[in-house]
Amino acid sequence: MLTIDTTRKISFNRLISNGDLVIVYERHDNMKAVTVSEGSVLQNRFGVFKHSDWIGKSFGSKVFSNKGGFVYLLAPTPELWTLVLSHRTQILYIADISFVVMYLEIVPGCVVLESGTGSGSLSTSLARAVAPKGHVYTFDFHEQRAGSARDDFERIGLSSLVTVGLRDIQGEGFPEEFVGLADAVFLDLPQPWLAIPSAAKMLRHDGTLCSFSPCIEQVQRSCETLQSNFTDIRTFEVLLRTYEVREVKTESSEINGNGGSNVSLPCKRRHGSDGANVVSYPNSSVMARPCGEARGHTGYLTFARLQCLS
Amino acid sequence: MSSTENINKSSSRITWEGCSVLLDINDGDRLVFARLSPAAKLKIGNKNCSLQPLIGCPFGTVFQLDTSDSDGPFLSPFQPKGDVNNTDEIKDGHFQAESKDDQPNSESKDNRSLIDNNTAQSLTGEDIEDMRRQGAKGNEIIEALIANSATFDKKTSFSQEKYRLKKQKKYAPRVLIRRPVARSICEAYFKKYPLKIGFLRVDTLSLLLSMANVSSNSDILVVDMVGGLLTGAVAERLGGTGFVCNSYLGQTPHSMDIVRIFNLSDEICKRIVRSSISDLLSPKESRPQNPKQDVGSVESQSIDQMSVSVSMEEASHSPENGISDIGAENTTFPALKAYKATKAGEKASQEILDSWKENGFSSLIIAAPDLDTWTVVRDLLPLLSNSAPFAIYHQYLQPLATCMHNLQLEKMAIGLQITEPWLREYQVLPSRTHPHMQMSAFGGYILSGTKICSS
Repeated sequence: MLTIDTTRKISFNRLISNGDLVIVYERHDNMKAVTVSEGSVLQNRFGVFKHSDWIGKSFGSKVFSNKGGFVYLLAPTPELWTLVLSHRTQILYIADISFVVMYLEIVPGCVVLESGTGSGSLSTSLARAVAPKGHVYTFDFHEQRAGSARDDFERIGLSSLVTVGLRDIQGEGFPEEFVGLADAVFLDLPQPWLAIPSAAKMLRHDGTLCSFSPCIEQVQRSCETLQSNFTDIRTFEVLLRTYEVREVKTESSEINGNGGSNVSLPCKRRHGSDGANVVSYPNSSVMARPCGEARGHTGYLTFARLQCLS
Repeated sequence: MSSTENINKSSSRITWEGCSVLLDINDGDRLVFARLSPAAKLKIGNKNCSLQPLIGCPFGTVFQLDTSDSDGPFLSPFQPKGDVNNTDEIKDGHFQAESKDDQPNSESKDNRSLIDNNTAQSLTGEDIEDMRRQGAKGNEIIEALIANSATFDKKTSFSQEKYRLKKQKKYAPRVLIRRPVARSICEAYFKKYPLKIGFLRVDTLSLLLSMANVSSNSDILVVDMVGGLLTGAVAERLGGTGFVCNSYLGQTPHSMDIVRIFNLSDEICKRIVRSSISDLLSPKESRPQNPKQDVGSVESQSIDQMSVSVSMEEASHSPENGISDIGAENTTFPALKAYKATKAGEKASQEILDSWKENGFSSLIIAAPDLDTWTVVRDLLPLLSNSAPFAIYHQYLQPLATCMHNLQLEKMAIGLQITEPWLREYQVLPSRTHPHMQMSAFGGYILSGTKICSS
């Protein structure tokens, strides 16, 4: 997914080959991750797509089924992966993810600790931000979930950047081997305040912490715990509003008392005049409005910085 | 300075001579970008103090202005835990958590007996000046003010803290050294000088970087008319790999002075190059016969560090500013020249240009409020590899709507979406948790999508 290996980065000359992970795009709200395998087919409502037809095509190509239906084949990115991954837990989405990465000041080379791993949605973006030389250590106490996440990171080619550990961070804290080594710690736990003292020990000087909690009561307790070792404690909520864009045909009408002046208007009288005195002028313009439904709440993001005791 | 040394320094958590810092004075009342040198001076109120003590300190250290020394005011490290008088300090304008049994409701005091007749304080300005001349520390003056306030004891504990904070800001101002990174630089500009960065809010900037899949080893094409903030933020994420190509329409590159505020290593600076859009669009074979006069690197054409900091200062003169009323404030960097940041933004070599024409860019980010969005996108999109993502920022919705519509009609991209981020900060305190009373109501719009193969 990431261009750790520069020969695999997207380019005019990089073609889809056997074994590549592609994102099959039907519509913006209907995508699927598929690993290209020469003898396989993809079947969906548009028909049957042979993988062998895909090999040798450029990423971003439109490919057709036996029935003439089509999909697009895209190169995977962490954003697309977030839209197609299998939900084993509630996941973080792009607005929270982007804000977390920027606010934790994660840059290439950083060491980041995360718990829980969940479905690994955030982990892929953390991996992108620390690449090529940093590392993400992510922990989950659920054995099957940790295993599935490990398989996913392998599949999307991130295993050199992300290590999944099976551990109850709330109960046991982070492993001692990371004391004083983490540039940033991210917590998505039901009782984050239990893990905060351990997180403080893991952080480097001036290191940053973020705790994601859906409920304000969790935030309240986390902030109380943070007071003892952290500074710059700030809580945010970040949401996205999306817009729909349409070309709308409108008609404007005018009393035709003064016909001569209308000649200068660029609009043709496509509909003609349907009354003796009224002429309608079809018009079209591109309009935007917010979509009617949106995610109203994901969680609160509490950030803090390890206090400097020089 | 060797380049290995430089790389280590750019990720360093300790300041060094010549490093760029963000000075956060009195909890964000003033924000000053400065370059540390023994000769650099910071004016706080009417006091000029050297920035020398800040060199070699960990980022995150708080300094307090000490006026008690006869040699003049100086900045000394402040220990948040050690000072008895200030243990209950206020962070970010919030009161620290109090013990559970000290809930606001249990407080019996209220403000019914407070009368605003300006007689509560019995110390005069002259008395305070006398104390200062005798070497009283800022904290001692604050204690004296409290002791001589007829109404202090009648205040609730919250307003007592507010009073203390107000006096602390005036008589013992504090300076926090922050690391200048994309987050802090964007926040500082958004707060004090948003026009310069096209009102690009930090959450919007973070979305642009995600949506354009900015990752190491990528070649990112940008049109940055937000002072170099976007270019710097992209370069920071590339970490010395790949390239960020800052492109411009016409002959004159856009200003990139914000790039120099980041402590980018030589390795990272080398990865920031410039090219005119016409050079990018010219066919690969045709080498320009008479290379245009390249206006060149940041330092030759842009405003220097000092004026950047001065413009921030101008913007910080707000009524809330605790000390601006004392006198004009300024920061001077006499030794600036000796610590000039490495050149960023060299002209892209023909070799690199050719490789981009051969392979395509990995993604595109545009933050160009003054250019026609659709025509720029129409021209630049073909330079991207197929399946490359792009993100376009604008303060206004209509140019993005038109651009999105045209991209759909021309079948140039899929996954098109216009989004507007919404960011709300909360005050979290025992029994007093609520959203901030003031918030930024607008952080800009983003059009994002993925380029597809032209059929």
